[in-house]
This record gives sequence, structure tokens and C-alpha cells, in this order.
Amino acid sequence: MWQLSPHTTLLGKLWRCTFLVFCGAVFMFLVLPVLIVLPLSFNSEPYFNYPMPGFSWRWYQNIVENEMWMVSAKNSIIVGLASTALAVTLGTLAALGLSKPSLPLKKLIVGILISPMIVPLVITGVGMYIFYAKYNLTGNLPGIIIAHTVIGTPFVLISVTAALAGFNLNIARAGQSLGATPTYVFFKITMPLIMPGIIYGGLLAFTSSLDELVVVMFLAGVEERTIPMQMWTGLREQLSPSVLAAATILVILLVGLLLAAELLRRRRERYFVSAK
Amino acid sequence: MDKPHVQFIDVEKSYDGETLVVEKLNLDIFSGEFLTILGPSGSGKSTCLSMLAGFETATCGEIKLHGKSINSVAPHKRNFGVVFQNYALFPHMTVFDNLMFPLKVRKIPLADAHKKVHRALEMVWMGGFADRWPSQLSGGQQQRIAVARALVFTPDLILMDEPLGALDRQLREQLQQEIKQIHNELGVTFVYVTHDQNEAMTMSDRVAIFNQGVIQQLATPDSLYECPMNAFVAEFFGTNNRLIGKVLQDNGETCRVELKDGSQVEALAVNIHEAGTRTTLAIRPERVLIQPNRDDCPNVYKVKVKELTYRGDHIRIHTSLCENEDFVVKISNNEKKVNMNPGETVEIGWRVEDCRALDPYCSDSVCPI
Ligand SMILES: Nc1ncnc2c1ncn2[C@@H]1O[C@H](COP(=O)(O)OP(=O)(O)O)[C@@H](O)[C@H]1O
Ligand SMILES: [Mg+2]
Repeated sequence: MWQLSPHTTLLGKLWRCTFLVFCGAVFMFLVLPVLIVLPLSFNSEPYFNYPMPGFSWRWYQNIVENEMWMVSAKNSIIVGLASTALAVTLGTLAALGLSKPSLPLKKLIVGILISPMIVPLVITGVGMYIFYAKYNLTGNLPGIIIAHTVIGTPFVLISVTAALAGFNLNIARAGQSLGATPTYVFFKITMPLIMPGIIYGGLLAFTSSLDELVVVMFLAGVEERTIPMQMWTGLREQLSPSVLAAATILVILLVGLLLAAELLRRRRERYFVSAK
Repeated sequence: MDKPHVQFIDVEKSYDGETLVVEKLNLDIFSGEFLTILGPSGSGKSTCLSMLAGFETATCGEIKLHGKSINSVAPHKRNFGVVFQNYALFPHMTVFDNLMFPLKVRKIPLADAHKKVHRALEMVWMGGFADRWPSQLSGGQQQRIAVARALVFTPDLILMDEPLGALDRQLREQLQQEIKQIHNELGVTFVYVTHDQNEAMTMSDRVAIFNQGVIQQLATPDSLYECPMNAFVAEFFGTNNRLIGKVLQDNGETCRVELKDGSQVEALAVNIHEAGTRTTLAIRPERVLIQPNRDDCPNVYKVKVKELTYRGDHIRIHTSLCENEDFVVKISNNEKKVNMNPGETVEIGWRVEDCRALDPYCSDSVCPI
């Protein structure tokens, strides 16, 4: 990829230069800020600038000892896991239903289901606040879980739909002809084969829940605050590297999850997809 | 061949509620026979097989198995082995687990099931491949496994939808023989779909020729070839020379037909209407005689040789006769040397019984004459 072939034209070389400059810009504006900020969470002094006077774990200790941080971590995990489980179930079922060629009004249904991805979160948040208040779903975790399920489902729907597009319908038919009920075929054949899509959708739903702030601000009270909300208030009240420590933990967690999913996918592929 | 194993009774299918993909299909399939559905692509063959397997429901009509309607029986309760063109093996299971799948679902005792799996693998000459993953097998091997999986649970019926369509010619011919051999050994009823007339000819007990959702003719391969009842069958099954003409005189058994250039042909009156209507004459290339004896051959014409193609076992002489620009004569490549060159004029002819007068081939408005 980096080697230019000997017959590359001048235009081709120019194009390659532009490409590299663009890649550099992406790195600088997207990745560098994160990489610069994260080490500051190990700063021994409560300041946000380099050079750091010394290394310390104090901000991490701060988080662990602070009850507000612990409550918000617990809330984030509960909301994240519960809403992901719901989003994965609903999104997968929706994708399966929408893969039937005979379904009427398919485009309309897809449009409605993925609208939380398109509509600005502030608007979604206001709408949910007004609507959920009627059913006592504000100021408690179930309300936030439902809201995050709504936000996470489109990710699952899209990734499972993509996985199903590569799924050969005759494989499911073969399963049925061999005597398996549709349910058995789904759990033993269809689901294992679209599992990468389900896992990716689930990961996206989980991360979207984990760093969602806007809707939580509308729906959560003090007791239900999540990590992003705690970070937000932390940033506004007393700016301390604790916020950075929390962010570092989140980044490492998410990168770890994505890596795990990728490794899982490669191992499966080694068995039965590539080889040929 | 007594009571039908499977019956299609007035079966129709439409996907969109407007166009009929299958029209009033009536078909009896007998126990133990190898029945092939042959037709061009898009003629509704797969749709028929899907309805039989239960993947699609018939818009109207009835499908019966052993005399009982199976319209409302779910596919997994039908006990049919199905083989698809693209193999449809379960990629996340080994060959062994693929074959165990139908046995597990049926809760066959493990020892028994293992025995069945090994017997089925032996049957398709894949005994040593139980531990492979499907992705580690070639196309032909995958299809053998798919066949083994379709017969390991002793199904009532085996359905195959163009199972050899994705393989190259040599492999295809080998698997044709293997499948045929399995059919002979097991004696189970086969319903086989293909668009390849050679495949249909070599494998089948009977062939149903399909076009536009209608069975054109259902017969044994030899009678389809020798006695096609309409122009579509004559064209589709085997090579054929087609001449278009007008019925001059219907003598019952035979008829006189006038070609566009005014010459006349004596033909068997198989499927014609009254004098004055159009007809298609069908003559097999190998039944055309060179320099025929005028006594037993009333149809003799002078044609110009356009081209000779050498085919090893036979030689094809391309000529033009009347408006047919590619009238082909096949002569076998035996000790009698062919001494003929392009540009020469020769006399050709055919016997009355080798020339069948059939229905007009194309729609009324388009055809010449
Ligand atoms: N699931 C489907 N939905 C709509 N139309 C279909 C479907 N399957 C097949 N058809 C149409 O039905 C006709 C017959 O198709 P098919 O049975 O697959 O033919 P064949 O197997 O002989 O090639 C074709 O015109 C095809 O476009
Ligand atoms: Mg087909």
C-alpha cells in the first residue's frame, strides 16, 4: 500500500501526497487531543498542562473513594448492560422481520426505527422528558434504560441487517428441510452465523449508552447520575484531573471491548469462513 | 409405477398477485422414479420445487403426498431431503456435524446416528472428510456432502435444485453418474431440477419440460427426443432444425407443407391445424441424409454447404435451407470419408417419419408467412 508502483504518473504522486496529508490531519485533530489529555490523569498536581511535575495515582484513588463517582459508575453499568440487552433483542428481531421481502411499508418502519440516530439528541431528550414524565419514568433508572434502548436499537438493527444481507437464505431453508423447527433453525444456524453483526451492534449500543449525556440530563435526578453526567458536573464545578482519570478508564474499557470483539471474529473466521 | 407418490393438482403460484409463475400444474410423480423438471431459467422450476418442499405456498391447488394433502404441512415436518445449487452447508459446523444435524433433530440414538453418518459419507465417497470444515472442501466435495446430508435421515423424497449448476463440465458429468448410482441403490424418489438438457437426458426416468410455468411435455427422455409434441420441446430438448411453413394439405397421418420459397415438404402431421395455417417443421440433424435415395425419401433439396465443423465423433455441415440460415446436418465420423467443401452444392433430404409438423413456434403476428 505504501509502495508506489514504478509507472505511477505525476497526478498519481500528487494524489498520494494529498492522501498522506489528509491522513495526517485526521490523526492530528482526532486522535492527538485524546492522546495528549489522557496522560494528564496521572499528573501529581491538579493542573492541565505539560510538563507534568510528577506521576501519581491520586486522581484514580479520588474516584474510587468518592461516593458520587461510584454511584454513577454503578448506574452507567446497569443502564449500559440492561439497555444493550434490550437493544440487541429488539434490534435483532426487527432486522429479521425487516429482512422478509414481502413486508409492506418496510422503508417507513426502518425510517422510524433509526430516527433516534438522525434526530438531534436534544430534541429526543425533550420529547422523552415530556412523554416519560407522564408515566413516572423520569428520575429513575428504568426510564433511562428505556431511553438508551431506543437510542441503541438502530445500531443493532443496522449491523444485523448488514449481516443478514450476506446470509444465504437457502442455509436456513436447508435447516428446515432437515427437520428443524424455525426456532431451532434460528438459534442453531441463523444466529451463530449473524453473531458478528449482533456483537458489533451490541458493542455500539453499549458504547452509545456509556457516553450518552444529553438524554440523561433530561431524565436523571441526582441519584441516577451516570459517568458522563458526573464528568460534566465535575468539569463545571471543580475542574480536577479526576474527570480525566474517569475518561481514561472509559477509553481503555471501550478499546478493550472492541479488540476483544475483533479477536473473536478472527478466531471464528479462521475456522469456517476463510480457508478456501 | 402404480399409485402416485406425489401429485400436483391444479397448482398455481403467483408472487405478486398478478403474473402466474406456475399455471395449472398437474403432475404425478411415481414412487422410486427419477423425475426431472427441465426448462429455461425463469420458467418456474425452482418455484415448483419450493412449493413441494414447503418453502413457498401454492396460491391455489393442492399438492398431495401418498394421496394426502400436504399444503398445510410445515417444511420441517415433510421429511424431504433438499439439495441446493449453492450447497447450503452449515459453515459453522464440520462435515460430521452437518450430517448429524437431521439425526439430532430426530433424536436418533448416538451410536446409530454415527453409523448412519459414516454410511452416508461412504455413499458419496467422502469417508475421510468427516472432520473437515465446509470451507476446506472444493465445490464438488461440498455438493457431495450436501447430498449425503439430504439422504442420511432416509427421507421420503429427495429434491435437488440445479445441484451441479456451479461445477465445471467434467465434475458435473462425474456427479451425474454418482447421483444416478445413489438413486439406483436407494430406490428413493428423486425430483431433480435442471436447465441442462444433457443432464436431464442422461439421468432421468421421466422429464417434464417446463416453459413459462406450463409443462410442455412429460415423457421419457427417448420419447421426448424422438417424438416432441410441440415446437418448444423439439427446440429445447436436443439439437433441432426448424423450418417454418404453411399447411397445404392434411392427409391425416401425414401432411404437405409449403415453405416460404415455394418448395414442398412431406411431413408427419403431429400438431397442426387445418390447411392454410402455419406450422413448424422439426428435423433432427442426424436424420438428414446426404445424397438420399429418392425412392424412400420424398423430401430432397439442393443446398449450398456454408461451413464444416469437426466435432471428433461427428462432423456438422452448416447449410442454408429456405429461410433457415443455419440448417445443420450431422454425419458420423466413420470410415466413409466426407469429401465436401464449403461452397459446394449437395443434395440433402429426409424421410417423412423424421420430419414432424408441429405448432407455430412464435406468436401469430411476428412470424413470416
Ligand atoms: N421470491 C420471489 N419473489 C418474486 N418473484 C419471484 C421469486 N422467486 C422467483 N420469482 C419469479 O418467478 C419466476 C420463476 O422463477 P424460478 O422458479 O426461480 O425459475 P427457474 O428456477 O425456472 O429459473 C421468475 O420470473 C422469477 O423472477
Ligand atoms: Mg431456479
